[in-house]
Amino acid sequence: MTSTQTLGTQRDATGREGSLLRCDRLKKTFGDLKAVDDVSFAIAPGETYGLLGPNGAGKTTCISMVAGVLEADGGTITVDGEPMTTRSLSAKSRIGYVPQDIALYPDLTGRENLAFFATLSRLGRREAKDRVAEVLEVVGLTDRARDKVQTYSGGMKRRLNIGVGLLHRPRLLILDEPTVGVDPQSRNAILASIEQLSTSGMAVLYTTHYMEEAERLCDRVGIVDLGRLIAEGTPRELTARLGEAQHIELTVEGDPTRVAMALRRLPVASRVSATAEGVVDVLVHDAGTALPEVLDEATGTGSAIRSVTVQEPDLEAVFLHLTGKRLRD
Amino acid sequence: MHPALTLAGKDLRQRLRDRSAVMLAVVVPLALAAIFSVLFGPSSTPRAFEYGVVDADGSAMTRGFTAEVLGALEDAEVAEVIALEDAAAARRQVRDGDLDAAFVLPAGFDTGVRGDAPVAIAVVGSPDSVTATSVARSVARSYVGGLNAVRVAVAAIGTSGVRLGPADIEQVAEQTVHGVSPVVLADVSAGARVLDAKTYFAAGMAVFFLLFTVQFGVSSLIDERAEGTLARLLAAPVPRWSILAGKLLTSVVLGVASLTVLVVATSLLLGATWGNPLAVAALVLCGVLAATGITAVVASTARTAEQAGSWQAVVAVSLGLLGGAFFPIQQSGSFLATASLITPHAWFMQGLANLSGGGGLGVVAPACVALLVMAAATGAVALARIDRVVAP
Repeated sequence: MTSTQTLGTQRDATGREGSLLRCDRLKKTFGDLKAVDDVSFAIAPGETYGLLGPNGAGKTTCISMVAGVLEADGGTITVDGEPMTTRSLSAKSRIGYVPQDIALYPDLTGRENLAFFATLSRLGRREAKDRVAEVLEVVGLTDRARDKVQTYSGGMKRRLNIGVGLLHRPRLLILDEPTVGVDPQSRNAILASIEQLSTSGMAVLYTTHYMEEAERLCDRVGIVDLGRLIAEGTPRELTARLGEAQHIELTVEGDPTRVAMALRRLPVASRVSATAEGVVDVLVHDAGTALPEVLDEATGTGSAIRSVTVQEPDLEAVFLHLTGKRLRD
Repeated sequence: MHPALTLAGKDLRQRLRDRSAVMLAVVVPLALAAIFSVLFGPSSTPRAFEYGVVDADGSAMTRGFTAEVLGALEDAEVAEVIALEDAAAARRQVRDGDLDAAFVLPAGFDTGVRGDAPVAIAVVGSPDSVTATSVARSVARSYVGGLNAVRVAVAAIGTSGVRLGPADIEQVAEQTVHGVSPVVLADVSAGARVLDAKTYFAAGMAVFFLLFTVQFGVSSLIDERAEGTLARLLAAPVPRWSILAGKLLTSVVLGVASLTVLVVATSLLLGATWGNPLAVAALVLCGVLAATGITAVVASTARTAEQAGSWQAVVAVSLGLLGGAFFPIQQSGSFLATASLITPHAWFMQGLANLSGGGGLGVVAPACVALLVMAAATGAVALARIDRVVAP
């Protein structure tokens, strides 16, 4: 991604002025594995940017470098104009980092956890106390503030985990799969909180392998696979790449791989993938005309069809179109 | 507040809530010190030998042995000597275990020495008091050796044709005895000073468990890595060295607190005598620094908490055994005694042993310097590996 300086304001390849986060040609390898390979993207203030990709795509490695936890092997990162490395305290003071795992001390209370991280974030004693109370209110844990975290439910821990990242009012909030392992109710609460944050002007970098979350939260999405950013744009822009394509999801009883192989021979199917759970995804131009042919071919393999779903183009379909794989493979 | 202090404060709060840490740092070493001092205390405390003596001759010569030779042993508090009626009483009391050994100087001893008749000092020894019997035999042998020297001198003059009267013989004896180098018993070195059993086991257990106690600080870095909180610390606006410094500080505070509690508790509850408080405090601080450095190096080589725990245990037990935390390694031969000096335990115990003879900071200075050198060397290794230690 390239950038130009215009009348004192930065303009990056997204066309947005004054990017809060700019990653340029990031690289990271572990032994022979290229975990992140030449990834560039930028985020503007108030924008929510999603890194969407399956597990192992390189999302966490990427944001670990953005958070200054890991050193990049190549490329540059700037946060609010400050270069970010593992030693950049100034850049780190501008970010809030919420790791994928629950990064809390279970034998401390919720309040003690927040107070500890508030002090580490260089908040003064008075300010830290006020912010801890505010964040407890935001994450809905004021009543449980004096309880040890080990007594919290999974959803409460997740909320507190996010709350730690908000303590020092960061300009950029980095969230690594914050809803993994969370019940639907807590998940909705978390997503609503993040939506609220982005409206308050905070930039959000969000990784997920749930395309529904990316579609709901993100202004723009970067699709990552095998360490590379293979597509980028708003959810609407990305799905528009598929044209009028539609998405047929078959749940089969039998060998889904055999069904997928048979369907790949059909001219109407542009992409086909199968999962071990018996789900076969077929990308077609017009589901209305293609569906009978698809069903004939699938049943012709001897497999029974248990359910059929036709969906409008979504990010899942985009990913399937780009990689031939499902997001949750 | 400095991030290192913030981190140490958080860690100490966690440790105080962790009962296993308190058990390992204070309760277990205190209990073991009490048990060991009860089990091994009496046998490991040096005591005076108990000797009996039968002087059936009652001559000036035998009184020379009982008063001067055995008296000297009593004066040096090496032995307590009681007079016995006869040889039968001596045998009975030694057999019954009332005495370690007994000397029997028979009637006619003086006459025999002055003449040509064979005479002997009998030593009645106990098989249960091998050392005491051996010492008694050596004392008797030494005295008899002196007398034989006189007899040989007198006999040599006699063969030259000179007739000696009693006064001449007395003069020859004096000159002969004075011409022979006296046998002396001397304390070999200050290092030979020993702690009493209660203090020895109190100190041994305290320094042994110190390596387990200080690991709660440094090794918690590995726990933080496993639990994901280290990534959050690394993303915070704090330098990496301050994270390591916070952990090291936690170790030092835990170690000093643990040893201080043990010093006070063993003094009050077990009657241990540690010595000059200022010198003990210096030893404690230097010992904790050395233990923290060693633990930091071990932690820097481990990737998982399980690995760290296993390696810490192996290192702590090995160094404890070699360093004399369980038994006086100085008594196991010069090689082991020399090898023990690679351990902080040996220097800590040596410092305390030196302190048992009195004195203050100057007495423990060599031990403190050795411990500080260990702390500096191991600390430097840990700092050189900071990118591996403080890493996600």
